[in-house]
Amino acid sequence: MIEGILIGLKTALTFQNILMVMIGCFFGTIIGMLPGLGPMTAIALMIPITYGFDPATGLILMAGVYYGAVFGGSTSSILLNAPGVPGTVATSFDGYPMAQQGKAGKALAIAAWSSFAGGTLAAIYLLFMAPSLSKVSLSFRSPDYFALMILGLTAIAAFSSKGQFLKAMMMVILGLMLASVGQDSLSDITRFTFNNMNLTDGISFVLVVMATFAMSEALTIILKRNDPTAAAKQVSLTELGSIKIDKDERKKMLKTIPRNSIIGFFIGVLPGAGATIASFLAYGMERNLVNDEEKEKFGKGSVHGLAAPETANNAACSGAFVPLLTLGIPGSGTTAVMLGALLGFGIQPGPRLYVTNPEIFWSVIMSMYIGMVILLILNLPLIPYIARILAVPKNYLIPLILFFSITGIYVMSFNNFDIYLMIGIAVVATFMRLYDFPMPPLILAFVLGGLMEENLRRSLLISNGSFDFLWARPLTAIILTFTLIIVSWQAYKSFKK
Amino acid sequence: MNINTTKIISLLFFIFSAFYLYTAYQIQVFSFDENAPFNARTFPIYLGYTGLFFSGLKIILPDPNNIKIDHKNLEYKKTVILIIIAIIYGATILKIGYFLTTSLFLASSYYFLGERRWLLIFILSFPFVAAFMYLLHGVLDIYLRDPFLKLIGVMG
Repeated sequence: MIEGILIGLKTALTFQNILMVMIGCFFGTIIGMLPGLGPMTAIALMIPITYGFDPATGLILMAGVYYGAVFGGSTSSILLNAPGVPGTVATSFDGYPMAQQGKAGKALAIAAWSSFAGGTLAAIYLLFMAPSLSKVSLSFRSPDYFALMILGLTAIAAFSSKGQFLKAMMMVILGLMLASVGQDSLSDITRFTFNNMNLTDGISFVLVVMATFAMSEALTIILKRNDPTAAAKQVSLTELGSIKIDKDERKKMLKTIPRNSIIGFFIGVLPGAGATIASFLAYGMERNLVNDEEKEKFGKGSVHGLAAPETANNAACSGAFVPLLTLGIPGSGTTAVMLGALLGFGIQPGPRLYVTNPEIFWSVIMSMYIGMVILLILNLPLIPYIARILAVPKNYLIPLILFFSITGIYVMSFNNFDIYLMIGIAVVATFMRLYDFPMPPLILAFVLGGLMEENLRRSLLISNGSFDFLWARPLTAIILTFTLIIVSWQAYKSFKK
Repeated sequence: MNINTTKIISLLFFIFSAFYLYTAYQIQVFSFDENAPFNARTFPIYLGYTGLFFSGLKIILPDPNNIKIDHKNLEYKKTVILIIIAIIYGATILKIGYFLTTSLFLASSYYFLGERRWLLIFILSFPFVAAFMYLLHGVLDIYLRDPFLKLIGVMG
């Protein structure tokens, strides 16, 4: 492991990679502060830029964007009660009241330190857990992988939006259907191409991400007459006050951070769950763990109430990398985007990544530490200035998002058809968003579609076409039991309503 | 059963799944693969049935989270204009080239979204695209085809 850490440090500490982490964190913070534009959009917009880099640098840039976006979301939660990303909703419960008491700077500092500590502790857990899990996952067989993908897709559908399980499952199926377009990987038979040569290689992952996130979010903002930059204009005018944390507050944070980093990390590891669930769970658990006097302060500017969700959401971001790096299966929409980008580089994450591309595996882990430090040193004091940059009118922001999306596709294929297809998918996605059809399940399903078919193919061929493989191995049966529990729970909740 | 837009979307998805399933059955597989436990049409067929199942459930079951959209408050005009501009951009980018079409796309988008300060429109389109092009083409070595710049002799 020491050797791996050194390899990672050597790669992550090159001038280019440190610069990438800085750019990623900075850019991510900007996008994360805009309500409606989350980490997935930020990462999607970065994909064209990563084409010019090696895989490690590309992934480091995307990881920086991810952390930056979560941190940016916390800023708008605290200062404006307008969370930029769902994972920072719980931050606003105590962060915003604190800001209203004239302690906005302190609230931001608590959030930044908690994020830093949560992310760093989680990166340490990842450091120890990922290699061992990689070894364990080598014993996974095709039926286990297939079951794990079913679990991941069901879980993301269950957790993606409240009371919308069926809609999310429809999006999962749509994602899998889109992934099935093009040549069959084994027989080279073309499917669903309708004799269109442009579809022979299938639909590009970047195209789907850009269409369903970047482009459709831009169109939704125009359609709904939202102004995400209005929040930034207010932030730039807010008096932050002191960013110093006193001894008593530090003591409280020292109690809160370690336990919530563990909660956040393990929630992040679970497929489908992520920063949002981790932060809510941490907030609820922290409230139960503190004494009655502190409990009374929750919702009115409690240090515990602010530190807990901030620690957990950052720890969950690191935890989400565990299934991606060790099993090659992303547990969330954001890590699905990263998987797609890695596949674009010709790298297949999974248990072998640890052996075949150790520089990628370790440099991503090491860059997490560097990212956390950069977020703390650079972004915290820069918040008012970042907000000023953001205070550009949406009349400029929207065309720029569309421009980045179309450029991303253009430099990839030099093909008009792909641009038309992207616009078509974006229009459909915009309409579906209006009616609360969630997009992350579609992306995860699209990325997993090929792998899922491959593993189902192997499983069915091994079992001579029988579905015995679903319960033949204990591990497969256990994973599918979890899936059944999730589905039953969703059915019970719907029935209760 | 109340008919609302979510149910209509679900119905459309049901029809789409039926069409997908029909097309899945039409996939030509090799004769020796016809009766194999798994061939090119197996997975799509499962997907088609699952799509029918979930959309069917959504249509049949009551919808407690009925979403009502006030269409009067939606900005259809600007959205449609932006989409049309994007389509025109897509249609011309290969023939005319990246620099000119992208700059015009940005300038016209700013204008239709309500910006009237011409100097800002200009700065955030032509010089901006030139700088971005330099980043992609010059620094990151990502090839950008541009017949227009070639014609005027800026690009080799």
